[in-house]
This record gives sequence, structure tokens and C-alpha cells, in this order.
Amino acid sequence: MIWNETKECMSRDEMEFLQSKRLVKTVDRVYHNVEFYRKKMQQVGIEPGDIKGIEDLHKLPYTTKNDLRDTYPFGLFAAPKSEIVRVHASSGTTGKATVVGYTRRDLDIWSECVARALTQAGVTRDDIIQVAYGYGLFTGGLGAHGGAEKLGAIVVPMSTGNTKKLTTMMKDFGVTAIACTPSYLLHIAEVLEESGSIPEIKLKAAVCGAEPWTENMRKQIEEKLHIHAFDIYGLSEVMGPGVACDCEYHKGLHVYEDHFLPEIIDPETLKPLPKGETGELVFTTLTKEGLPLLRYRTKDLTSIDYSPCECGRTLARISRFKGRSDDMLIIRGVNVFPSQVEAALLELGGTTPHYMMIVDRKNNLDTLEIQVEVDESFFSDEIRELENLTKKIGHAIQNAIGLAAKIKLVEPKTLERSMGKAVHVIDKRKLV
Amino acid sequence: MFIKQLSVFIENQEGRLEQVLEVLKQEGINIISLSLADTSEYGLLRLITSDPAAGQAALKKQGFSAMLTDVLAVRLAHQVGRLQEILSFVCKAGLNVEYMYALSNKEGDASIICKISNGDEAAVLLKSKEVELFSQEDILRIFC
Repeated sequence: MIWNETKECMSRDEMEFLQSKRLVKTVDRVYHNVEFYRKKMQQVGIEPGDIKGIEDLHKLPYTTKNDLRDTYPFGLFAAPKSEIVRVHASSGTTGKATVVGYTRRDLDIWSECVARALTQAGVTRDDIIQVAYGYGLFTGGLGAHGGAEKLGAIVVPMSTGNTKKLTTMMKDFGVTAIACTPSYLLHIAEVLEESGSIPEIKLKAAVCGAEPWTENMRKQIEEKLHIHAFDIYGLSEVMGPGVACDCEYHKGLHVYEDHFLPEIIDPETLKPLPKGETGELVFTTLTKEGLPLLRYRTKDLTSIDYSPCECGRTLARISRFKGRSDDMLIIRGVNVFPSQVEAALLELGGTTPHYMMIVDRKNNLDTLEIQVEVDESFFSDEIRELENLTKKIGHAIQNAIGLAAKIKLVEPKTLERSMGKAVHVIDKRKLV
Repeated sequence: MFIKQLSVFIENQEGRLEQVLEVLKQEGINIISLSLADTSEYGLLRLITSDPAAGQAALKKQGFSAMLTDVLAVRLAHQVGRLQEILSFVCKAGLNVEYMYALSNKEGDASIICKISNGDEAAVLLKSKEVELFSQEDILRIFC
């Protein structure tokens, strides 16, 4: 089943024509409504009239997460506040969150995209779907919710944090689909296995995202729960979940390119790469009103396949990600930048102690341990003080990154020193 | 009034304690009293030594986290109930004992090494109750 055949099965010519029309409108909108973009375009001597279609995309400037940080909170919005009906926020690289805004029409388009993704996963209006992504500032929960509601399914807004309730309702309500992170789903599977409840559930499909996962993990999920699992992709800057999703053939994720124009660039030279090559994924939004973005650098590394898919869709497909071109981590579905941790420690002690983030996965749940070297400014001769310090660091980190981390005090000079760029992360999970 | 205690942070790892003692041995430093407080993750070693400053320098050079803390060395007669008597003065005055450990010699009096929440106030209080405090020189002379 295909949610929107007209858009999902167009010929490449038709798609490029549509994208060109929409790109011209978007460039015009941001040039006139967003000071940041007007200045940037003027700097490279470009006017909206110079952009006639997607062939002129390379003339436009890039946008990065730092630009969003520098214009915090609403500096990049292209619509007046009276038209913005929602904001969401995700992790920033230091202390400030990355804020995004939506008009009513943006929310409709978001729901439409997620509805396409759910349809790819075989979910229909006759299903009961639990949305177990976090509801709140994070785009995951409300994003999946909007799409599922548009689809017409019965939406059970679980959010995260109460697995017992989730599994009880899964059984009692006869839930047939679930949207959550893949590691959480594996955890749920284990909990169900332990209580021997797997035969009781009616789950058929899962739409998983917000973190990278391997083919191996997908097989594990499918075998344990006897369901079909799908990979959904998104990022709040571009919209939220529902920028792309895979189909029953699992040969890449279909990008909803009538709304999000993808390109692949070389992260070092910043030049666009020929079709099919691997590089950094960049998106230009084509229909967003609240926060349209030109050539937003995602830092995700992938390649694009423009050939039509066996499922009937002609939407270009991005391959499973091959890593990132920055140091961002995704822990339990939350974006974490080591620089956030560093900023939090600096604020506490006045100088940044040597620290190491150790990321691991135990029982399918991501764990984060932060080892901090005890030095002059952090030392005390009283256990009580050291324990207070550990707690203080724990709270500061939790406030900074939104996750609870185990704090371990270690002796000075025991953490690795590197010759070149400081190494602050040891990721023991095997995700790529 | 106060004497210097050498405090060392030690991770719960095989051999670390021994390494600390080795460093002090190499420096020719005599350990007069010690206490080892443990948590599940690390230990805090508190030492009364013949040369705390030299001890700290040597340990820091070897990469240990070592600091000097002011503690009270209270003279304690070898007499049943004497410790309780002294502590009752402290408690009645609303002061807290953070930690303490003993230092003993067969001849002469023993000493209780303690850190009290308000060190200056405690020192004044004990003096007023005619409780004697050992100085750094006293410690070296009597116990080394």
C-alpha cells in the first residue's frame, strides 16, 4: 500500500520539475524573510533570481547546527510568530538547545510524511499503535503521533519511561504496531520474553529510529517478536521523524524528496559529489514555512540511489548510514555532544578536568559512564565531599545532556592523553 | 594547634595502595599512623607521617592526587573512658567529628587524630577543657 501514489511514484523528470518549482519559492521566502539567509546570499553575490531550479542548488550557501545556535532561539524563522504554532528543541553542541518552529501547514506536512512511512511499514487505520518515543520537546513522540493520527490508527501515546505499563497495555489492548527506538524495542522484547508473554501479543510491525542500528539488530527484533521492523529517519532541524523510511524491500530509506531535497557532499571540500558516491547528507527543505533551511549539513554519511524501487516508489533512497562526520553520539535516542559535557564540567570546577565518556550497551540499553580525573580543584580528604562532588557532577551532566550518566572519579593521569585532537569518547557499542 | 595529615585518593585497583607506600619508603618517610576509608569505587588514605610536605611532593610527582589537611592530634591518656569524655565536650558544643583514628605508643600517652567540623572552634574548646593538643614537633618527638 502506498499513502500518496502521486508523489511517491512520480517519474524522475516530474519530481525534478516539482523540486525546482518549490526550491525557487523557498529561496525567495528565506531571502525576504530571514536576515541570516539574505546576508549569506549577498555575501556570495546570489539573489533569488539566480536560482532557476535544482541545477542551481550548488550556488546556495550551507547551513549548519552552529548557525541555529548563533540565531537562538527564533532567528532563522521565516514566518511571523503569529503563524508559528509549535516549537521543538533538541541538543545543541554546547549549552544552548537547537530550537525549531512549525506553522500549521508545516505540522500537516509532517503528519503526511510520517503517514507515508507508517504505510510503508504496513500500518493502516485499522491498527492500534503505541508511540513510545519521548513526548515533549523531542520531535520523536509528537512527530510519530501526528502521523499515526493522520493515518487514522488508534494512537496510544506511551512516551518512554514505563515499560511495565507499555507491555501490559500492549497485551490488553491488542496493540499491532509500535514506534520507538530499536534499542528500546529490544529491551521490551527481553522483558516480554522473560515473562513468557510473546505468544500473547498481536504486534505485527515496528517503525524504529532516532538512533543508528545494524541489520543484525533488525533481525534480532524480528525474530524475537515475530514482527516486521522498519527504519525511519529524521532530524528536528529538517522536520523530525519522517524525512525518510524504508519499505518492505529494505534496500535503503525512501526520502520524501518532494519536501526534502537531498544531496551528498564531500565533508572536507564541501563540493557536491557525483550521484551514488558516499559523503555527507545535506537537505534543503522545499515546503517548510516556519523554519525552511537551505543546504543543511546533517553530518550523517551515506549515499543516494535514484533508481526506482521494487515497491513501486521512485523516491530516491539513502543507504544505511556509514557514520558521522562530527563527534555527535546518540545515546538512548538522545543526541549528545562531548562538548556539552565539557561545558558542564567547566562551569562546575572553573577548569576542565580530564574526562572520558564511556558508552556501552548492556541488556540492549545504552549506558553512559563519565570518568573524571581527581585533581587539585576536585579533591577533598572527606568521603562525604567526594560523594557530594560526584552527585553534583551527575546533576550538572544530566541537566546538560538530558541523560543520567554514572560518574566515576579516577586518579590523575589515568585517562588517555592523545597526541593530536583530544579523545573524550570510548564507544564500546558496535553500531556501524 | 593543628598537625598536617597527608590524604591520598586511591582507585580500587590492585597494587595502588602498595605503590603509595613504596613512594613514601623511597623518600625515607616514616608512617606514624594511618587510616584507609573505602567506598565501592575508591579509597581515601589518610596518613600521619614524619614529613608530610615531602610526602605530598613525592606522591604528586608519581601522579597521585595528594593533599595536606589540618587535623587535631588530641592527647589521650591510657585510661578507660577518656575518649568518651573528650568527645562529649565536642558533641555538647554542637560540633561534628568528620573522621578519626588512633595513634598509640606503649610509653606515654596515646593520641587521637581527628577532623572536626569547625577545627578552630574545636581547638579553642578543647583548650578550655584542659585537653592537650599535640603539635607537629610533639608528634615527631614522641612517636617517631
